[in-house]
Amino acid sequence: MNGLAHQVISGLASGSIYAAVALALVMIYQATHHVNFAQGEMATLSTYICLTLINAGVPYWGAFVITVIVSFVMGAVVERVLIRPVNNAPILTVVGVFIGLLLVINAMDGWIFDYIIKPFPSPFGGGQPMLDGFISSHELGETGVTLIVLLLVYLFFRHTTLGLAMRAAAFNPTSARLCGVRVNRMLALGWGLAAAIGAVAGMMVAPIVFLDPNMMFGILIYAFAGALLGGIDSPLGAVIGGFIVGVLENVFGAYIVGTELKLTVALIIIVAVLLIKPAGLLGRPVQSRV
Amino acid sequence: MRDANLAPIGADETQGRLETWRVVAVLVFLAIAIALTFLVSSYRLFQLSMTISYACAVLSLTVLTGINGQLSLGHGAFYAVGAYATAILMTNYGWPYWTTIPVAAIAAGIIGFLVGFPALRLAGLYLALVTLALAVAAPQILKVNALSDLTGGVQGLTTDKAEAPFGLPLNPDQWIYLFCLAIGCIVFLLGWNLTRGRIGRAMMAIRDQPLAAESMGINLAAVKTRTFAISAAFAGVAGALTTIVVQFVAPDSFNLFISIWFFVGLVVGGVASIPGALFGGAFIEFVPNIANDISKAAPGAIYGMILIAFMYVLPTGVAGGLHRLFRRLFARRHRTATAR
Repeated sequence: MNGLAHQVISGLASGSIYAAVALALVMIYQATHHVNFAQGEMATLSTYICLTLINAGVPYWGAFVITVIVSFVMGAVVERVLIRPVNNAPILTVVGVFIGLLLVINAMDGWIFDYIIKPFPSPFGGGQPMLDGFISSHELGETGVTLIVLLLVYLFFRHTTLGLAMRAAAFNPTSARLCGVRVNRMLALGWGLAAAIGAVAGMMVAPIVFLDPNMMFGILIYAFAGALLGGIDSPLGAVIGGFIVGVLENVFGAYIVGTELKLTVALIIIVAVLLIKPAGLLGRPVQSRV
Repeated sequence: MRDANLAPIGADETQGRLETWRVVAVLVFLAIAIALTFLVSSYRLFQLSMTISYACAVLSLTVLTGINGQLSLGHGAFYAVGAYATAILMTNYGWPYWTTIPVAAIAAGIIGFLVGFPALRLAGLYLALVTLALAVAAPQILKVNALSDLTGGVQGLTTDKAEAPFGLPLNPDQWIYLFCLAIGCIVFLLGWNLTRGRIGRAMMAIRDQPLAAESMGINLAAVKTRTFAISAAFAGVAGALTTIVVQFVAPDSFNLFISIWFFVGLVVGGVASIPGALFGGAFIEFVPNIANDISKAAPGAIYGMILIAFMYVLPTGVAGGLHRLFRRLFARRHRTATAR
């Protein structure tokens, strides 16, 4: 039983990462109905920026804040330069641009920072076990940071005028524009926020999985699974879904399929959700007029 | 309907007609291809064999994405099934290399059919997502310990090199190249035949207007799942050819990137153009070779930038661009085709 509890807790810890990336995906999906295949790569690039800053002597939390700001700007610029021109293009074009972006960032990471796997410092002091060995100090701190980020995002969208404007722009761009919301600016802002959230997830997961250019591939798949499970148009659902996927992944990996097939669990979750309940746990069913 | 213009193509309307100049062009192309056997070095022949294999893989995407409008970012998985089928049959069961091709096609086709079922309910983006997850998960599945007696686990499998039969005066590289050329011709002929007839029109109708297609009596589910199966079978043949050319398979050669390369090849060649698949195959084989001289990261960067550039500038790919060029040069011939 202790073993199961341990698996669940460490599942929740990795689930918090998936929840954050899933939230970033959902934010972009809500605003533009695009799934950002390059979300993981953008987070990896942010993590490299953070590592470079730390190696240059910046204290951890300073580097953390700078990275989040840089990522925000990067996300907004990507939206403005690459994504806006194809906003209303066919799906194939959009997917092509996202995959292109994924390739370019992945190659840039490898080019500038090399392909070797690098350790990444944790601000919560390595992996000492805590609470009878149930959770390492990093897992605890990482979950805390992610939860704070999620809470901040929630407060931002619920209780600020800007958050309201962004929700309006995503919900009904035409009406929002008529009410004086600068929809395009909101889209860029949304991309920036998504990139910033992704950056936090990247910096928090890097001490666990180590940093290399392909670090986020698997995590992105888990995040997709989480977002779909919770409902791809529901931010709360995505967060819940992310945690559920984290737990399922760990428990299945430990007891049923073995750790070597963990990614297949994500694949099965994705297929199962899309077949059984395509709207996800909290999403609205999509109806289209014919 | 967003799906309606998934593939904005100029090249497919005229593919059905068997015009004299097309036949001549194909024959000249084949003559050059055969002549190359005796003209270039073994290493170049190896590259050309790989080009043919990649071209078959891109063709599988042409049929699925370009003609039928179903997006896949995971065809590397079917490619892997074909490659492994050939390798396993050759090493574990001692089959001759050429007998494994149909088995590879069928094995990949069956897996494709199974994936095609969930794909029925998933349009556009979601299908891209599922297939992407499949591509990421594929190497892990190949590495599973339970199967390692069969698949060789992480180490993979090494196969024997094919030799020319009947005492033909060819070295193995020349023979393998000719073998790939023959199989490639069959696959392209099948693909071309499939898409120009009634089934092909049904596929395109589903791509352009699924609802109208269904009300015209096309069985949407049957056509889409079968297209998926056929496409996967083509990818399986491509994988089998790769095994025969490289004589080696390992899980990590079937990572996410191989699926993405196929997608890039598809876009570069032209999504719905069957000759375009050849450009796509050549692109996948030769561009990294050139780019690797610059840096290990250069192929990815170049692929990515080219992909984005094509999306903005030349959405119909090289084949579509050439088609437009020819259309401009021979305006008379194609006046009717531009009426669309």
